[in-house]
Amino acid sequence: MRPFTYTQPETIEEALTASVTNTDSKYLGGGTNLVDLMKEDVERPSQIIEVADLDFNTITSNETGGITLGAMLSNSETANHPDIRKNYPLLSMAMLSAATAQIRNMATNGGNLLQRTRCPYFFEVSMPCNKREPGSGCGALEGANSKHAIFGWSESCVATHPSDMCVALAALEATVTLQKPGGTSRTIEFTDFHRLPGDQPEKDNTILPGEIITAIDLPNPKFQTNYHYLKIRERSSYAFALISVAAGLQISGGKITNIGLAMGGVAHKPWKLIKAEAFLTGKMPTKANFEQAAELALKGAKTLSENEYKVIMGIKAIVRALEQALAKTA
Amino acid sequence: MLNIGNKQKRVDGPQKVTGKATYAADIASPFYHAYVLQSTIACGSITAIDTSAAEAFEGVKGIFTHKNLPERLKNKVDYTDPLSPPGKPFRPFYNDKILYNGQPIALVVAQTFEQARYASKLIKVTYEEKKFKGSLSDNLKNASADRAPEPASNRGDFKKAFKNSDYTIIREYRQSRNYHNPMEPHATSVEYKSDGSLVVYDKIQGVASSLKYLNGVFGLGADRVQVKSDFVGGAFGSGLRPQYQLFMATLAALELKHNVQMVMTRAQMFSFGYRPEVIHTMKLGCSKDGILKALSHKTVGETSTFEDFNETIVDWSGLLYKCDNVNLEYELTPVQSYTPLDMRAPGGVSGVYALECAIDELAHEAGIDPLEFRRKNYVDYDQNEDKPFTSKELMACYARCEEVFGWKNRKDLSKTEPHLLKGYGMATGSWEALQQPASVSLSMNEEGTFTIKCATADIGTGTYTVMSQIAADKLGVSIEKIKFMLGDTAFPDSPIEGGSWTVSSVGSAVASVCEKFKYRIADIWKRNNPDYQAVAFEDISFQKGKLEYGSKTFAFTEIMQQASKEELSIAHSESPAAGQNTHSGYAHCCVMVEVTVDKDLGIIKVPRLVNVSAAGKIINPKTAENQLLGSMVWGLGMALREEGMVDTRYGRVMNANFAEYHIAVNADIHDIHTEFVEEKDDKVNPLGAKGVGELGIVGLAAAISNAIFDATGKRLRKLPMLLDDVLEA
Ligand SMILES: Cc1cc2nc3c(=O)[nH]c(=O)nc-3n(C[C@H](O)[C@H](O)[C@H](O)COP(=O)(O)OP(=O)(O)OC[C@H]3O[C@@H](n4cnc5c(N)ncnc54)[C@H](O)[C@@H]3O)c2cc1C
Ligand code: SF4
Repeated sequence: MRPFTYTQPETIEEALTASVTNTDSKYLGGGTNLVDLMKEDVERPSQIIEVADLDFNTITSNETGGITLGAMLSNSETANHPDIRKNYPLLSMAMLSAATAQIRNMATNGGNLLQRTRCPYFFEVSMPCNKREPGSGCGALEGANSKHAIFGWSESCVATHPSDMCVALAALEATVTLQKPGGTSRTIEFTDFHRLPGDQPEKDNTILPGEIITAIDLPNPKFQTNYHYLKIRERSSYAFALISVAAGLQISGGKITNIGLAMGGVAHKPWKLIKAEAFLTGKMPTKANFEQAAELALKGAKTLSENEYKVIMGIKAIVRALEQALAKTA
Repeated sequence: MLNIGNKQKRVDGPQKVTGKATYAADIASPFYHAYVLQSTIACGSITAIDTSAAEAFEGVKGIFTHKNLPERLKNKVDYTDPLSPPGKPFRPFYNDKILYNGQPIALVVAQTFEQARYASKLIKVTYEEKKFKGSLSDNLKNASADRAPEPASNRGDFKKAFKNSDYTIIREYRQSRNYHNPMEPHATSVEYKSDGSLVVYDKIQGVASSLKYLNGVFGLGADRVQVKSDFVGGAFGSGLRPQYQLFMATLAALELKHNVQMVMTRAQMFSFGYRPEVIHTMKLGCSKDGILKALSHKTVGETSTFEDFNETIVDWSGLLYKCDNVNLEYELTPVQSYTPLDMRAPGGVSGVYALECAIDELAHEAGIDPLEFRRKNYVDYDQNEDKPFTSKELMACYARCEEVFGWKNRKDLSKTEPHLLKGYGMATGSWEALQQPASVSLSMNEEGTFTIKCATADIGTGTYTVMSQIAADKLGVSIEKIKFMLGDTAFPDSPIEGGSWTVSSVGSAVASVCEKFKYRIADIWKRNNPDYQAVAFEDISFQKGKLEYGSKTFAFTEIMQQASKEELSIAHSESPAAGQNTHSGYAHCCVMVEVTVDKDLGIIKVPRLVNVSAAGKIINPKTAENQLLGSMVWGLGMALREEGMVDTRYGRVMNANFAEYHIAVNADIHDIHTEFVEEKDDKVNPLGAKGVGELGIVGLAAAISNAIFDATGKRLRKLPMLLDDVLEA
């Protein structure tokens, strides 16, 4: 890989300052994505600032009755934490479906949000890719695109966001806290964190240069009983989702009173199914209603040359995830 | 206690699990490291290549391209190896022409691997690019039988018989490319000696192949180069031919007069041979009562533009069932890629996949149980060659598999959730039981330890173990007394380890050299003990390192003291058994599988796989079972996972890594059961043993495909069968 310098700041202030001094820097979490991409010459930072050891590695209660996940905590520690298992089992289930135990042990929560697309053209520097090299064209648009987006894509990029964790976070309506050089911090809604490609596919999200993710906040515990993360993939483990669905239900008096529904593998960002959520709220959790909601959710999907199957698979996946979530009542 | 037939643990197991086994990249000498830069276009030429920045980079020792290939490598140099197919082998850096995307175009040699890899990125290449002409399907108009070897001869009158059949099918089956991914990537370490000679540690399935190549290309005879390969971390055919890292490391070592090592990256494992994409057209007809009347199998396969790689594919259709009207056709289509390469059960896997799917479809048309259909059409002689088999206990395999699997009552097996469909399928598998000439040497030391040498390989198959077992039994000593050595061009010649013939070929030679030793030691014993001059050899036995006669015993080590060293160094060359000419040797198996298909989501799972094999004498049931398990796991991968994705515009393999090229993982594998039926064979070779390294993968993909049909009513006539295929079918 290209030569780079490596710094290991003691405090977040030092880390932020280092990134200002050299704007060609990258923060290093577990490195499971960044280092791979550096080896492939896709990412080419001249400075690496290690943030994995900074003090944001706890799980604590927050003011709103929810919970704060430290951004530097590993995916394994997060997913297996007793509070997460008990109060946010949907998140735990989604996280444990990802990658392998070894990768989850290394991967940090902050890094997970910022992992880049698995589009093969993005990884292969000899191929055109607007995300990697703006203006070079989109290799996938008319190439191998069976795993690409059906929602929100543009002519300049049809990639999907690969994270499982993020799909659950979208369903759970998390927020992300970022700290800027200079010390101020801001908090944004999870659904506003990632963005659609538009004509700037090189931008995956709304994070500003130099910002560090410090925390992810979850609101009040939700969906402790009726939840399911359905991940459809080409082998039983160690594969990214073709399509995934995070579903959480609150049921009272035979009706759905609260619902969280999001999809992965279909867009440049975790795809919150707002219309389906609205449709189901207040309705009975029947298969017929699930099916209508699913149809509604997939309306407007735009397929590419090789991913037509995602529409039918998507509909079935939503219904199945909701059924499985419902079945947990007993 | 007899060793043959025992579940003997691997004799090299402790070395492997403690990291002491030295693979080609584990040699500890101080090496320069070599890294290859690959072309990013599939067709055209290099118009400029600027290596100046790379040369100036820290640690770089040398850079090789077509610009500075030594002249002597251009003049009448022979780039072939013993397994080169017809055509012109690939010649690295020979000129500015680009033949495929991923072609090595520059070699950077540096103090460290990282320096070499980074420096390669500083090389600026300018191309004149021509349009990539696409993959097999895009080039079918160029398919030609002239480039392919002729299949087994046609027999009977296919056309007429097909027309007169009561049930017929015409079907097309497609298989995508599969890439070689043994655990150990290809590697070569070259030690440059002060006298200019080389010791080459290569990942190869037979050191003689590397030697032949080095001699042809670099003019290095056995006097100037020794090739070694003590351990191979899986090869499955990828090491049958020397791969380009051998050329690279040797070129650099000779030019820089220094030790050089080259280890391919995982991505580079996708830059040479692969199991080719093929398209089969099957036409089968049978009578009302399910007797096969007509069979036609035509296969079109891909090859490179420079070599005509071929496999024995369609012949299997003339062999497996009784059929008097058979038509076999095989064509090749050149595409702009590297030449395909043998991969575990080459040809057999492909041909039998198509045949066994088609047989299942025909049985279904005729309304006959697929197992029953196969029994009805059983054949006990080789119709292609018009020869009897050395042995064939396939009927016993069918019977035992039927019983273990519970085939008869399969439909009564437990019900599942509404969306989960269950299905059952089966197939027949077969693989050649060949024997090749092989030579070995044997010597015994003062402690009574035997050293047996042969240039063969152990690609993980258990050669060290099995040869030690055979020798221990034949000599009447414990297995600890045997030191079997392999993988060295200084050792007696061996066939390459492939074709599942190592046990048969080298094993038979080992058995014979041990026999020779016994005669020899008996002679010495008689010579020095005049009282026993007249004793017949048959009246002597050999046990526990001793010669036994009546109630008297004489330790080998004692007898040895009265002999010269030379006398106890014995060489032997074994020729194939006579039965190899007069008979056809094949191992057989029956495989049955259970699948579940999630009809909404398309997810296919394989909860159960059963394989019952007939493969002659099983020397080591443990290593034999290992071979079957490994090949069945791979068969599942081939059926449901593995697909080399080539971009149709650029000819680049787009999933050249383990995250996206899906091999089966542990979670994909559930219950696998293997068994052997007894099969006596006194013709195939002196041991009566047939190889099992490839058998288990043959037929498996068809069995899974047939089971998916049973579950869903859908025939997915392609490999791999993916989730979207289920949804779209
Ligand atoms: C083979 C393989 C299979 C995988 N399979 C799956 C899967 O099935 N599902 C899935 O969801 N994921 C999967 N992953 C992805 C994995 O989850 C991510 O690689 C991981 O979560 C990234 O976390 P990290 O800490 O290692 O990030 P890093 O690689 O360290 O960093 C990723 C990016 O985030 C930036 N960064 C890291 N931390 C911070 C921070 N605190 N603030 C600001 N920027 C930061 C880095 O600069 C970099 O740009 C897989 C990965 C691999 C290699
Ligand atoms: S889809 Fe996006 S990431 Fe993939 S090639 Fe196109 S621009 Fe690049």
